[in-house]
Amino acid sequence: MTALLIVLVALLALAVVALAATHLQYRRRRPSRLPSPGAGRILFPFMAGALSQRALDAALRLARAESATLVPVFLARVSMHLPIDTPLPRQSGIALSLQEAIEQRATAWGIPVDARIERGRTYRHALRQTFEHERYDRIVLAAAVRGESGFGADDVAWLLDNAAGEIVVLRPGTDTTIDPPRPRSLRSLPRTTRERARVSY
Amino acid sequence: MEPDRATEADSSIKERRRGRYKIFLGMAAGVGKTYRMLQEGQAEAEAGRDVVIGYLEPHNRPETIAQAEGLELIPRRRVRYRDTELEEMDLPAILQRAPELCLIDELAHTNAPGLEHGKRYQDIEDVLEAGIDVFSTVNVQHLESLNDQVAEVTGTRVRETVPDAVLGTADDVVLLDLTPESLIERLLAGKIYPQDRVQAALNNFFTIENLAALREVSLRQVAEEVEHKRVITEPARGSREDQWIESAAAHAIHDRLLALVTPTPKSQRVVRRAWRSAQRLGGELDLLWVTDHEPRDEEREQLDALRRLASVLGAHLLIEHGDDIAATAARVAEDRGTTYILMGRPKPRSAIRRLLQPALPFRLLSLLPAVDLRIVADRTRRAAGGNGTKEES
Repeated sequence: MTALLIVLVALLALAVVALAATHLQYRRRRPSRLPSPGAGRILFPFMAGALSQRALDAALRLARAESATLVPVFLARVSMHLPIDTPLPRQSGIALSLQEAIEQRATAWGIPVDARIERGRTYRHALRQTFEHERYDRIVLAAAVRGESGFGADDVAWLLDNAAGEIVVLRPGTDTTIDPPRPRSLRSLPRTTRERARVSY
Repeated sequence: MEPDRATEADSSIKERRRGRYKIFLGMAAGVGKTYRMLQEGQAEAEAGRDVVIGYLEPHNRPETIAQAEGLELIPRRRVRYRDTELEEMDLPAILQRAPELCLIDELAHTNAPGLEHGKRYQDIEDVLEAGIDVFSTVNVQHLESLNDQVAEVTGTRVRETVPDAVLGTADDVVLLDLTPESLIERLLAGKIYPQDRVQAALNNFFTIENLAALREVSLRQVAEEVEHKRVITEPARGSREDQWIESAAAHAIHDRLLALVTPTPKSQRVVRRAWRSAQRLGGELDLLWVTDHEPRDEEREQLDALRRLASVLGAHLLIEHGDDIAATAARVAEDRGTTYILMGRPKPRSAIRRLLQPALPFRLLSLLPAVDLRIVADRTRRAAGGNGTKEES
């Protein structure tokens, strides 16, 4: 009887040890977490065809130095003849590809990202909407080279007047832009009528 | 005669009586829809059929006018609207003439007030019902449900639209395909618009990007029509089983995706992947957050962002209260007719919890055996050189 009890206790002890070992192994295997969202938030507004790599790197450097979260905001324009809350599949396709590219770059730097898409009748309107919706401490943006798309001198002056917080404007220069994989992919096209029949917006 | 046979015979007579309908679909003005319609009309006339032109809009294009030569033209009727005199298709004259085949250009046209119907495609219905075959033309941006999206792509809104069902009622849809470069060449050669309008057209609608997008959507539209006609070859008549099979077949080609999200930035990756999949499959996307508590402040902020993102993407954000994520998600999936579920990698769990309850994906698979499940990988970890798992619910 005593022997049986000893065997049982031994088995129980073995089970506990095995469980503890598994647990420890699991904890050891668990990867280090991604950076937890920083307290500060750095807004990084950009538009299709005007995502400056230099400005993105500057925003990432700042975010890393301040342990802040990078908030890349894709500014989408809605034509006047469409309702402002209309879905934007074409621009969304571009925005999501660019946001993915930013997220990959940011993760390599160890910086948390909280991406957004903001709509507006104009880029300025979209920016105004962003200010209404988002908390932020700083804005980093690249001024456009004359004649190219991006934030022109007027936009920058408008931002200085209207945005709270610190604004970092990078002056135009030789720069590489990050392009989405395809400017207009099949998936970002209008759906066919049968596809649309299944989709109610 | 048995009742079923009688119904079959009746509908077969009806089908015989109705004219055949062929639509020439194009991606934009100038691809040659009217020309091709006239060409086929001429071939039918040469084959001995009684062919008339019910309405022609040649836009002063010499090639089109030349192609119409020899075919009988039903004169337009003059309609007075306010102080203007408009020229419209003469429906009563066509019905009275009763040809075998009638060529009617621009089916999306809006008629002047006071005529038999508001739109030309409705006039065409009358012609078909009279047993006359019809050839007609339309551009893809005139289809009602594509109108908004084409407007977003091209920045130009077309006011004259037709219900999508019109394309579905056609016996044949012929796509007039032309590369954007060729179409622009035609435009520059003055074959589409007079020279004084060419520059404006090039600056606005006729860009390579716009035309490429419209071309792709036209090709897809026709491919879908063909697929639809292949899957459902005949209308269900008779037995309940036939009707069930038809409904199941129609349902089988519809996809609906459900992405499980939480109000955290991490969920954006799942949303992105889910939206892309939805676009490829042509399905609707639902985003679902299952919560056992009221949203906290930081969650509320993220929830607002998620709601705005869903609106931009055309997805639906659903918030359900429940302690059991799997059971709640399964219920929602059944209610919404979900065919795919996407979720992030589940949170790593302790050994004890793993012993007590299967992981969320396994529970979903057992609760929804007919639904595909996709765990969205975190590619950013690969970019960062990480190889482990990532927490996400």
